[in-house]
Amino acid sequence: MLELYGTKFSSRMLLGTAGYASPDLLRQAVEASGAEIVTVSLRRESARAKTGQGFWGLIEELGRRVLPNTAGCHTAKEAITTAQMARELFGTNWIKLEVIANDDTLQPEVFGLVEAAAELNADGFDVLPYTTEDLSVAERLAAAGCEVLMPWGSPIGSARGLANKTALKTLRAYFPDTPLIVDAGLGAPSHAAEVMEMGYDGVLLNTAVAKAGNPVTMARGFARAIEGGRLAYEAGIVEPRDMATPSTPIAGTPFFKIDNAS
Amino acid sequence: MTGPYKIAIRGAGVTGLWQALTLARRGHSIIVVEQSTEPFTDACSPWAGAMLAPRCEEESAEPVIRELGMRGIQLWQAAYPDLTSAGSLVVAPARDRTLLDRFERMTEGGSRLDATQLEELEPDLIPRFDTALFYADEAHLNPEAALHFLLNEVRNAGAVVQFGTGETPDGADFIVDCRGLGAQDMLPTLRGVRGERIVVRSPDIAFERSIRLLHPRFPLYLVPWGEDETGANRFMLGATSIEREDGGPVTLRSTLELLSAAYVLDPAFGEAEILSLGAGVRPAFPDNRPRIITSSGYIFVNGLYRHGFLLAPVMAEMVAHYLETGVTHPEVFIADFGQR
Ligand SMILES: Cc1cc2nc3c(=O)[nH]c(=O)nc-3n(C[C@H](O)[C@H](O)[C@H](O)COP(=O)(O)OP(=O)(O)OC[C@H]3O[C@@H](n4cnc5c(N)ncnc54)[C@H](O)[C@@H]3O)c2cc1C
Repeated sequence: MLELYGTKFSSRMLLGTAGYASPDLLRQAVEASGAEIVTVSLRRESARAKTGQGFWGLIEELGRRVLPNTAGCHTAKEAITTAQMARELFGTNWIKLEVIANDDTLQPEVFGLVEAAAELNADGFDVLPYTTEDLSVAERLAAAGCEVLMPWGSPIGSARGLANKTALKTLRAYFPDTPLIVDAGLGAPSHAAEVMEMGYDGVLLNTAVAKAGNPVTMARGFARAIEGGRLAYEAGIVEPRDMATPSTPIAGTPFFKIDNAS
Repeated sequence: MTGPYKIAIRGAGVTGLWQALTLARRGHSIIVVEQSTEPFTDACSPWAGAMLAPRCEEESAEPVIRELGMRGIQLWQAAYPDLTSAGSLVVAPARDRTLLDRFERMTEGGSRLDATQLEELEPDLIPRFDTALFYADEAHLNPEAALHFLLNEVRNAGAVVQFGTGETPDGADFIVDCRGLGAQDMLPTLRGVRGERIVVRSPDIAFERSIRLLHPRFPLYLVPWGEDETGANRFMLGATSIEREDGGPVTLRSTLELLSAAYVLDPAFGEAEILSLGAGVRPAFPDNRPRIITSSGYIFVNGLYRHGFLLAPVMAEMVAHYLETGVTHPEVFIADFGQR
């Protein structure tokens, strides 16, 4: 089971709610995905409470845990204010913390991120920071009180998969007990399976599902890939072998070189 | 069902006016009641682009919108002399070319233009764009002008239009409720989706057709509104889709996004003059599809969302057929009050 800040979830998929053709399609995708946590963007989609009731009503009707995010915030201060509004609006301490350095790549602004994380943690929030795969930043976030880390796979919405697998593996190795969720950059279910096979705890998706030809079918596809990847990790994956160095005798072929036998 | 009937229409936005025009021209006796004292001051309709783009909209809308929308264009063509039927273009910055591929995959009836073909249609897009999708049978109009035209035609067709009354007149055989978001009191799942737009003018820009610029976060469309009194061309730049129900002032961020995108489309927008900034709120159901909800003599026509201008004439035609023959379109009509 996935455990985040003391709450257990049987699904390891977190689904974003932006960019669907309609709220109804979003609902169907969430249902097909089995996701128990949905992220919602607070910035504009009615930050000033009460103005997006129609939409909030529909989000609430999904019956999932809501993880508000601070998408689009560029400074620690902006993110903190947004988090506080989110707490008010949704009655939750959970916050997916995003501080963005660059509007083009949506790269996390890691300095502001650490600053905001420390302040929000001190203020009683349960912070789920959207960060890079950088180990030193992860350490700072953990030191700032974050019990969950969410490194990116590649830039938000790029659908490119894992840009830096080595660093993600390092992160996993350094934080064996911290829930790690890959957030952003995944396009295909195979990317998600790869994340899960590496022993990551979960995957957060939005564009890959919302903008798929058929979001509902894609949500189902991702759910299966995530489950498959997780099962593979738990089962223990056979190490790949270099077939250029045969280890088993092949009929008619000596399996050692006489010359080297001495 | 035959008629002719006495029909009261609530709401004089694009939906209500098309209902009135269609039904009046078919010999029914029509009264339209509109709550606002002046025309279009409290409606979503004057905020539209207005593109009639059934094919392009299929990128994010269901096929039924395209099917009905193609008929919608025909009905506008037959009724409105100032419709511009010049097709529409879709372009993407070189780096986001894959968005153009996706757009092509999600829609039908578009053709790929190379740079030479594009230059023939809109020379000012060259050299920034060297390919585009062209949807030849799409159209656009200026919403304000079209609304005033409709209001006039409705009166010419013998309908009575009363402003400043929110009450429904007594004695009608049927009531057609076209109150847009005003019908939230009776349609609990109806919600508002805010759309912001900027109107600019420039004597140096001469696009003739509506153009969409694709971008993962800041998509833009431009609709040419023709010349103003100074001889400069006016353009509507829009439009965001924000899950908010208020039509308050436009934020700086939205303005920056829309204007930056316009600048990408053509740097000549740098010298354009801003005529207005504002936001309208579109009435929508959770599936973003339009509905005709019938409950004995009371008929709602609502949820036209991003497609009010495109679909209003078809919705009116469908209501007329329903009243006269009982025929309903299964994807649009809902007879059960419980499902609304
Ligand atoms: C920025 C923007 C861009 C858009 N672009 C396009 C586009 O390019 N193409 C397109 O097809 N569509 C477009 N739309 C969508 C289109 O504008 C809407 O779908 C359409 O205007 C909805 O029209 P309506 O008549 O149903 O509602 P409204 O225009 O809101 O009309 C409802 C009327 O009912 C009246 N009313 C309310 N309560 C009462 C009462 N109790 N009694 C009597 N009257 C009442 C209101 O005062 C109002 O006049 C756009 C919308 C926006 C905001």
